[in-house]
Amino acid sequence: MSERLIDLHVLRYNPETDTEPHWQQYAVPYNEEWVVLDALNYVKAHLDPTLAYRWSCHMAVCGSCGMMVNGEPTLSCKSFIRDLPGTIRVEALAHFPIERDLVTVVEDFMAKLARVKPYLIAKEPRTVEQGEYRQTPAQLERYHQYSQCINCMLCYAACPEYGLIPKFIGPAAIALAHRYNQDSRDGGREARQQEVATDEGVWECTFVGACSEVCPKHVDPAAALQQVKIASTLDWFREHSMPWLSK
Amino acid sequence: MEIIRTDVAVIGAGGAGLRAAIAIAQSEPRLRVALVSKVYPMRSHTCAAEGGAAGVIKDDDSLEQHFNDTVGGGDWLSDQDAVDYFVREAPRELIQLEHWGCPWNREDNGSVAVRPFGGMKIQRTWFAADKSGFHILHTLFQTSLQFSSIERYDEYYATDLIVEEGRCTGFTAIEMRSGQMRRFEARAVIIATGGAGRMFPFTTNGAIKTGDGMALAYRAGVALKDMEFVQYHPTGLPNTGILLTEACRGEGGVLLNKNGRRFLQDYGMGPETPLGKPQLKTMELGPRDRVSQAFWQEERKGNMLETRWGPCMLLDMRHLGEKVIDERLPFVRELSTSYLNTDPVTQPVPVRPVVHYMMGGIHTDAKAATTLPGLFAAGECACVSINGANRLGSNSLVEILVYGRRAALSAIEYIESIGSRSPTAASAGPADAAQARIRELFSRPLGKETITGLRQEMMDTMERAAGIYRTGDELAEGVTRLGELRRRYAGIALHDKTNVFNTDLVQALELGCMLDCAEAVMAGAAGRRESRGAHQRLDYTGRDDENFLKHTLAYHRRAEPPRLDYLDVVITRSRPGVRDYSGH
Repeated sequence: MSERLIDLHVLRYNPETDTEPHWQQYAVPYNEEWVVLDALNYVKAHLDPTLAYRWSCHMAVCGSCGMMVNGEPTLSCKSFIRDLPGTIRVEALAHFPIERDLVTVVEDFMAKLARVKPYLIAKEPRTVEQGEYRQTPAQLERYHQYSQCINCMLCYAACPEYGLIPKFIGPAAIALAHRYNQDSRDGGREARQQEVATDEGVWECTFVGACSEVCPKHVDPAAALQQVKIASTLDWFREHSMPWLSK
Repeated sequence: MEIIRTDVAVIGAGGAGLRAAIAIAQSEPRLRVALVSKVYPMRSHTCAAEGGAAGVIKDDDSLEQHFNDTVGGGDWLSDQDAVDYFVREAPRELIQLEHWGCPWNREDNGSVAVRPFGGMKIQRTWFAADKSGFHILHTLFQTSLQFSSIERYDEYYATDLIVEEGRCTGFTAIEMRSGQMRRFEARAVIIATGGAGRMFPFTTNGAIKTGDGMALAYRAGVALKDMEFVQYHPTGLPNTGILLTEACRGEGGVLLNKNGRRFLQDYGMGPETPLGKPQLKTMELGPRDRVSQAFWQEERKGNMLETRWGPCMLLDMRHLGEKVIDERLPFVRELSTSYLNTDPVTQPVPVRPVVHYMMGGIHTDAKAATTLPGLFAAGECACVSINGANRLGSNSLVEILVYGRRAALSAIEYIESIGSRSPTAASAGPADAAQARIRELFSRPLGKETITGLRQEMMDTMERAAGIYRTGDELAEGVTRLGELRRRYAGIALHDKTNVFNTDLVQALELGCMLDCAEAVMAGAAGRRESRGAHQRLDYTGRDDENFLKHTLAYHRRAEPPRLDYLDVVITRSRPGVRDYSGH
């Protein structure tokens, strides 16, 4: 009985031994329950221990295993090989420098996350003894979707603007800023707008919407970007047309 | 070797490590914190916790009841002074997290909502849908970004603690991007590296849960405590081990055998409760050890459903309806649909028990201090012990907060106590020895032993001998087998001889850590000739308080199985009694 095989092509790059990335082919058994990550783990365990990639949870929540699968930004732990053609091409996430094989350099993303002040800046500070803030289910709903981001960076790999203009803060970081801006407990929008409502921020976005299409958690960063644009336009009007409304 | 000097170094940047780092930054902003992790913080396995975090908040609840549920749930192996501190601090920590922005589910009036959980007599589990761990981790990570005293070292793999003149003064770590070894010099070190579920073949644990921190402390002479207590979570997806949270049952889901019977009623957790009306602390809301053991018994009777992934029970949530499932268990629906092609709204989900959590870990006292001055531990890697012989669901997400902070405060107290004595001008000796160990690994010629092969044999050995039920004969054989694997481990070699992001190297080191932890599990289980909580012996079926109301302490020996010692449990007011899950 001949075993069905899949053709797995992986873009390899080791900065110590390679001058440029090159494709390597592996024949991996077909298993209809497997995701692409399982195929990579098979390679690592049985065919080639030198293959490098990041992964941990295998349940689409740790955000480690984002990569390009047949040209699409994808969580490899959620991409079933049964849904893919017999030849699968896997490469490092686009728009990020390759550190090695499927491992990218992500410092730029980490720095951008930190820049948008993604933490609660309390509108009315409270001590622990005063107990929790009240927040109704409706108030929770206003930001809940934007709190679901797993930092997998697929949206950066999908975003044509980030590809062209690396200083663009990008979808996930802006969505995260918006998440805190929309939180009824927060009073930090002004501080965040200085980072977000700039030409490195939302005004760089041309609303292609690719970020929301690839998001595995339905965060819809494109919607967050549009809402930030609208809010900062209103800010501008307040300041320029109706100065008596500003504080 | 490049030296990185800091005041407090935290190894591990999941929930416990982040909480510790923030506590230091807030309490003593003058102290520099190095937060060192083999992954970026948001990849830490805290993110995979689903159900919630327990803390007394509602008027019908009390600290005493949380204490009683925890101590009884732990089959009286918990240290009661530590549990007292834990239940007292729990609500404060959960409120603190709320102030930092955690999106806890809410009641209509805006107060925090709680849900029922296994083994808890009162509803006290705070939750953020079924992604509680994810939200806790990201809230902590994002909060940590505002503190300039916290310096992160992401993707650094710690290899060896440095002990000088009887004190922990730092450690060595490999910077994965360059492959270079660094020496961290610290006045105090906190280990917060999580569990070691990857010793087993079928686990909810992510790839990174390889017991690294446990092994670091163990090799430095600190005991691993109560390692024989391994928690099987009753409801894992049978093909992947992906967790379906206990909240499935907290919300009213039920467990069925192949005949459609809610079989838990036959194992001391009945009588049956009405469908859709979950009653606390009985039936499907029994504790995890009892539920997983009931599964094993039913399987032996042939009452489980045969599937291509082995025997399964059915987790039926259909009566909850789509609205409740989408609102309270959306991740469960996503996971079950994606990975098992089974929508819980319309179909019962086949599940089976899966290795989930280590009750045991690095031996610490109630203040998170180890016996090695300067070394502290918190979270799953530590054993205080809060969880005793069986952890209650939703206590661990609180433990990482309460004890992450506690470890930080203890580290600060320790630094104040040693005054200007530290950091000492450390000798290069221990770090050079650590580097030599890695170089030796690189220089070994390839032989017949492989990482993959040894890892598989270790996992098979653990599953066979250290599963839900154990026997003396199988454990003795397990001890022998693991000893052989330890010797054979000395023969593994690297295929990858390069420096940048060498995961062949990291996997080799992780395997070494898991083997050390596995030996402690096996030896502890062989030594404990009784049945208690998650440790069930077919040859010693009763709990033996006379001889084993004690913690197991396993001490590392280089060429032999661990040396075992025992330590009395701290009992302040709750004498060992009967664990009653009959709903009375």
